[in-house]
Formats: sequence, C-alpha cells, structure tokens
Amino acid sequence: MGVFVCHCGLNIAGMVNVEELVANAGKQTDVVFAVDHKYLCSEPGQTLIKDSIRQQHLDAVVVAACSPAMHETTFKNLTQLAGLNRYNCEVSNIREQNSWVHDSKDQATAKAQRLISQAIEKVKLNEPLQPITVPVTRQVLVIGGGIAGIRAALDVANAGIQVYLVEKSGSIGGRMAQLSETFPTLDCSTCILGPLMAEVYRHPKIKLLRLARVEEVKGYIGNYKVKVRQEPQYVHEAKCNACGECAKVCPAEVPNEFDLGLTWRKAIYTPFAQAVPPAYVLDARNCLGLLPQACGECQEACDKFGTSCIDLDAWPRVHELDVGAIIVTTGYDLYDATKLTEYGFGLFPDVMTSLEFERMLSASGPTNGEIKRPSDGRTPREIVFIQCAGQREPETALPYCSKICCMYTARHAMMFHHKIPDGQAYVFYMDIRAGGKGYEEFVKRCQEEKGLLYLRGRVSKVYEENGKLIVKGVDTLSGKLVQVIADLVILAVGMIPSVETHQLASTIKASLDPNGFFSEAHPKLRPLESPTAGIFLAGAGQAPKDIPETVAQASGAASKTLGLLANPTLEREPTVAQAVGEQCSGCGICIPLCPYGALSLNAQTKTVEVSEALCEGCGTCIASCPSSALTLRNLTDDQLIAMIEATVQ
Amino acid sequence: MQGWLCCGAVLSNVDDNLITKAGPNRILARAQRDGNTLVTLCAGCYNVLKRTDLHARQLSSTQQAINLFNEETFNGGVDVVHFLEVLRDRIGFDKIEKAVKVPLKRAPVGAYYGCLLLRPFGEMKFDDPNRPSILENLLTRLGCEPIDYPARTDCCGSYLSVGSPEDIQPLSQSIISSARASGAKLLAVSCPLCKYNLEAGQAAQNSNRPLPIVYFTQLLGLALGIESKELELDAQQTQAILENQTTINSVNRK
Repeated sequence: MGVFVCHCGLNIAGMVNVEELVANAGKQTDVVFAVDHKYLCSEPGQTLIKDSIRQQHLDAVVVAACSPAMHETTFKNLTQLAGLNRYNCEVSNIREQNSWVHDSKDQATAKAQRLISQAIEKVKLNEPLQPITVPVTRQVLVIGGGIAGIRAALDVANAGIQVYLVEKSGSIGGRMAQLSETFPTLDCSTCILGPLMAEVYRHPKIKLLRLARVEEVKGYIGNYKVKVRQEPQYVHEAKCNACGECAKVCPAEVPNEFDLGLTWRKAIYTPFAQAVPPAYVLDARNCLGLLPQACGECQEACDKFGTSCIDLDAWPRVHELDVGAIIVTTGYDLYDATKLTEYGFGLFPDVMTSLEFERMLSASGPTNGEIKRPSDGRTPREIVFIQCAGQREPETALPYCSKICCMYTARHAMMFHHKIPDGQAYVFYMDIRAGGKGYEEFVKRCQEEKGLLYLRGRVSKVYEENGKLIVKGVDTLSGKLVQVIADLVILAVGMIPSVETHQLASTIKASLDPNGFFSEAHPKLRPLESPTAGIFLAGAGQAPKDIPETVAQASGAASKTLGLLANPTLEREPTVAQAVGEQCSGCGICIPLCPYGALSLNAQTKTVEVSEALCEGCGTCIASCPSSALTLRNLTDDQLIAMIEATVQ
Repeated sequence: MQGWLCCGAVLSNVDDNLITKAGPNRILARAQRDGNTLVTLCAGCYNVLKRTDLHARQLSSTQQAINLFNEETFNGGVDVVHFLEVLRDRIGFDKIEKAVKVPLKRAPVGAYYGCLLLRPFGEMKFDDPNRPSILENLLTRLGCEPIDYPARTDCCGSYLSVGSPEDIQPLSQSIISSARASGAKLLAVSCPLCKYNLEAGQAAQNSNRPLPIVYFTQLLGLALGIESKELELDAQQTQAILENQTTINSVNRK
C-alpha cells in the first residue's frame, strides 16, 4: 500500500507537519511507500501517484488531502488508470476536517495521523467493486418558464431531446416579460424575449405545461418519475384565438398581478399581450360562477362570437413523466417592501418598488409608458431612488446584495430623464456595483451625461407632507444630512427566492442555502448542479443575477444535461446496501424507512432485497436491521471497527 | 428597590471603558436579589438597563472584569420592562379605560417616542421602530386624540444639550413644528431628557406660546382623577389637555 500526503500549498502544510506524517505512515504495517507533494491534484502530483503505483507495485492507495467531495473522483480515476480497482483508493480528509479548523500544529498533526491510520485500515478491507450500470431516460423536465427555463428548454430541445416545460402561471416569460428595457444596451425586453417565447411554443420537442406544478418526484439521476399537476384548462389552449370576447362580458375584476396591482383584469384574462401560449386563462379563485356554475357569461360569449373553447366543467390533470434530468429555473420574487416601515411603502401611494416603476416605464404598462404619480396622476419633477432597500442589512432585512439594482436604478434614472428632461433624479446608494461588460461605462454615462445626482448614503425616513414626500438621508461624502422634497420615491427592493421554492425543494429533494436559494454542488467548480445528482440549476432561483448571467447559466445547465444524456447508460456508485439473505428474518422494519424505495420483500424467500439502481447508500436500513442482515459495501461493520481501533490506539 | 443608583444615562459603546458599565450592572445585580423583573419609567434607563442585561447574558470576559470590579456578580437574567409595557401587558389597557374618571376628551396629544424606547430595534424589540403605536394606544384609552406626525421618532439631541446646546435647537424646532403642523396641542413623552430638550429648545426661541411637554404618566394621572396640582402640571399644561372639556372646575368637582 502507498500513502500520499498533500500539502495543499500551505492549506494543510501550514498547520500540519507533513514530513512527520509521511515518516509515521511509512512505519505502518502493509505500507511500503509514503511520500508528500505540494499539490497532489495537479498534473505533476497525479503523475507521481500513477508512477508510484506502477513502480512500487502498489495494490492500494491512501491519499491524505482535502475533502473527498472535492477530489475523490480524480484520485479514484487515477488509481484505475494505473491498473488498480478504483475502490482500492481511499481519501483521508486532513484539510476541511483538520488543518482548516485547528490552531495547534502539534494537535492537528496528531489528529491527521489518526485520520490517515483510519483510511489505511479501511482500504485494507475494501472489496474491488464494479460500477452499477443503469439505463438513462432521454427526456428532460424544466421547472419554471422564465428566461432561464426558456433558454435551457430550447438548448436541450435543439439537441433533439424531448423537454417538458412546467410553468405555474398562465404564460411563460417570467420576470423578464415585465421589464420595459434591459441594461446596459437598453434593448426592449419584449423584443428580445418574445421571439424565444414563440420558439418554445412552436418547438416540436418542447411540451409546455402552463398552470402546472411539480407534485412528486421519485427515482434517481437518469431515471426520474415525475407527477405534474395541471390546473383545469377551462379555456382550451389550442382552440382559443385570444379574441377576448369572454373578458368583455366577465363581471369579476381583480388586481392584475402582471402590473403588480397597478391595473385591473377580469377573472378570465390573458396574462399579458404577448403571452405564450396565446390563450386566455380562467382564474378559478376569482371566477363568480364555477362551483356551483352560476355565471357562465364567458362561455356564452365564446360560443356566440368566439371559437367555443371554454369548458367550465374542466378537471385538473396529472401528467406522469419519465425524465432523466431536471433543470430548476424557478426565479425570484421581491422582498416585501411593507416590512421596510422607514420608507412608508404601502402607506404613501407615491412610494413604489422598482418593479412597479418598471411597469410604469413599459409601453404596454398601466400608463402606456408615461411616468405619473399613483396618488394624483401628476407628472413627477423630483424623483428619489433608494438603492439597497432592505438589502445588505443582516440585522433587520436581507443580508445579501441583489446584484442587479445598481444597474437597473441607473437605467430607471436615465429613462426618467429621457421622459421628463426638466425633472431631477436623486439616487441614494451605498456603493455602485457595476461589474460586467459595459456596466461601469453605462452607469458613468448616466451619472455624467444625464445630470443624475448620486448621493452616497442611506435614507433614514420617508414621510408625506403637503402632498410631497420628504426624504431624509445622509450624504456621507459631504458629511451632511440631506433632505429631498420629492414627488416620487422608488425602492430598489431585494430579490428573494420565488415563494414556492421551499416546497419545491422538498419535493425534488434539492437543498437550499441559508437565504432560501437553491444550493449548488460546489460554488466554483460545479455551479450549475444541485448536490442532488441529476438536478441542474439556472437563473435567480440559485442566487440573484442579471439576464446575461442567467442565460449563460441556463445554456450551461442545458449543456450539462446533454452531457448526462449523451450516453445510453449511466454508471452509479456500487457502494450500496447489500442484503445477507440467510440472516434476514423478513421482519420488514427497514422497508418503510428507506427514503428511496429501494427495499422490497421477496415473496418466495421472505427476505429483503435491495434494488441497486435505487439505493443511495445512506445506511438507514442497516442501522435499523435487528439481525444485522444488511451491510453497506466497503463500509462494513468490520471496517468500521478496524477504523475505530486505528483511531483510538 | 434597595440601593438603587443612577444608570449612567447612556450605554457606553466603547469596550475599554468599563467604569461606565459598573453602575447599570450594580443596579441589575441588586434588583436580582429581590426579583426577576425591573420596571423603569424613563426611556433612557430602560434602554441602558435592558441592553446591559442583554450584554451580561453573553458572559464575556468584559463581564467578568465588571463583576470583579463591582464585587457584585451579575450574569444577566433580569427582565427589564418599561412602565408602558406594564400598563399594557400586566394591567391591560381595557382595565385602564374602565378606571378612567376624567376622560381627556379629544385632547390632541402628539406622542413623542424619540430614540431610546425604540432603538436599536434588534436589542430593544419594544415596538416598530419606525411606526410605533403603544403610546397612541394608551392615549386613545384615556380619551385623547393622538396626533400622528412624522417627527415623533426623531432624536431630540440627547446629551448634546450639555456640550453643544446650539445643536439642540434645530432638532427640537423641527420636532415641535412637525407636531404643530399636524395639529398637536401638546406632546407626551416618557423621558426627562426629551422633555428638557424640547422645552429648552422652545425657550431659546423665545416662543410666546410654547407647546406644552408632559409625561404620559401625568396624562394617565389626570384621567384617573388625580388633581393636576398633585401631578405638578401647571395651568398652561392643564389647559392644553383639558381645552375641549366644558370647564376645568367641573372636572375638579367630579
């Protein structure tokens, strides 16, 4: 056996005496070769391991380095390349669980010593295993029809793979559809998004399920079984020609979500003019006549003037889908601005969120693109933008930065100046974060050419006096308290994961970070994947990000997905549970405990069987078995005992 | 309470000047001998003592040093409450409303909170720091008509009145004018320093008819039927409160 100890630069060698570890490892039984290297994961380091295996005729290897989550696969591949079975390699974590967390070199070295001894004992008893091969279902589920979901669905479908795109609302388009322009080029949002939405609708390989939610996900990477519940399609999607006769007669009016309540819509409506699918939607919660059927005006109108596409007796439908991978693109919502009582949102009508202001700027928005005060409809002259509203405030609101607000606020202020040239815009900011291609130049142009007043400081209070909003704040550059008498105040409220993220995460078994966004498998090296194999991430559901970054991530996630589906079969780790038939009493205690449904009772032998394709090797069943009839491959009781003995020696 | 002393009036935010923390820790150590709840009337004391208790709970080395110096051990655990909380949570505003003998009919009172009752919110957790309502809720029960005005949570200037009194004037002036503009005929406070600064600021302006500043407890006393003289309310203050009553005498007779 050979032992390889990594310095990881100074990450390990700074806290652990590597030479001592090598010397001591060399003295252990069965260890014939021990050596250290500055970076074992680098090419020279890898060559050292590979050559040593051959030259020293090693039949097992222990690598003492970083967490196995980081480079275990690398070192196992290397072992295999050198002609050994990949399971004759063990990684001992002396970085994350040792050098990074301790501050005494002597004690850290002693602990590293024990950790290495553990791995040596374990690898001695490892069985050579062969990976389990499972077939791959070449279909993909995309959850969320915003720009991320649209891009990912198109990229996967263009490669000839069937995609199911699930969208909870009546139309795809997401947040981007609500935007008027996009920074830094001022492209009209609808003009660049619309064609992609149409492409999704027409794509032969994309099945779009609107008004639908993922209800259940079973299975594993390559072989998911998904149940998608689709709300009743009261309006037949394909037959509806969006003539709008139904909405004309509908008596129920409710605030329009797309315009954030700045306008009204009917209970039967089209989410927005460019909606895809281009069909009306019936909002069952606000419809006056579904159960019992009392109104029915829309159906009558549709039968008379339209295409007879309304069926008020429609039922919900559950689609059962087989997919090999899932791309999660659930996007964001806005932090509840009413919680920021210092700014008076919700109390004073002329304090708006930036998304409301965005709708107002839009040519298809509530004011057809004119900027007006919601309170009296007058044109504002003085406008105050408050950046970081409820953000970067760990004590009272969101601890993080939403990344996009500096940019869109500059754009908003510029648009204000375009539309009201004699007006004055003030921007309160903490610092300008304009990292990105052309971003800094864009903000500078807004500041310098448009005469926007940027005030570095925060606002303490907004209140109403004589029909104006008094904004009290500080300009930290001049060190003075400032007061602006404004007509309109716009809050750059932070992004939060969309409201149903938490529920979806538990359905698809993907983990969330402390702020509720989807966690990535590795922040730098695997940013497109969830730690749950087969689930890929894109867009603001993973972290706040802008459109270019979202699109790049979506294409990246699509490419990862295609990589997974490129092979007809998939290899899975064989370190799974194993049943020892003769010891099993058939009590069945383990069966309901398995989170993956991998256990079953053989009707003839009356003993438990493990489905290797389903088992994730978590070990729950093993702990529960009263007769020790289950064991985990390469982590047997004998191995655990040997490891404990090596540790406490 | 046995052996009470001054709380120090301001919670020192410096870590290396422990002597300023000796006083409030002594108070809390002594209070703990008699019970677990300490009621304060003044917003300043409330702020200092509540936060001192929170800091003591962290059992830091600073706390050990303070305890060694004081020769009185305090490691947190006293529930510091403001008298307004006692009225609301222990007695109940309903009960107070029933006990009112002289309803202060529609007296237009502006509740003035200032800073110390409300901030820092993370530690005080007394009421919404931007839109508080506890004082207004009490005043309503006494029959008053609370006046909402933007400056009710602004700072009065605190101890700047000692070192640079000229800085107090613009602050108190903006508070008073904000209250007046909204229709307040008097202000109710819970802190003597707020009261002093708001009065001194007006005096420096040589205001002919200054806005009377009274403690909320004086309004409570008046409503419960205590004589204004006993409450140390002067004629002008009493008049401002009872302007909407028929006559002052009729009140006293009742």
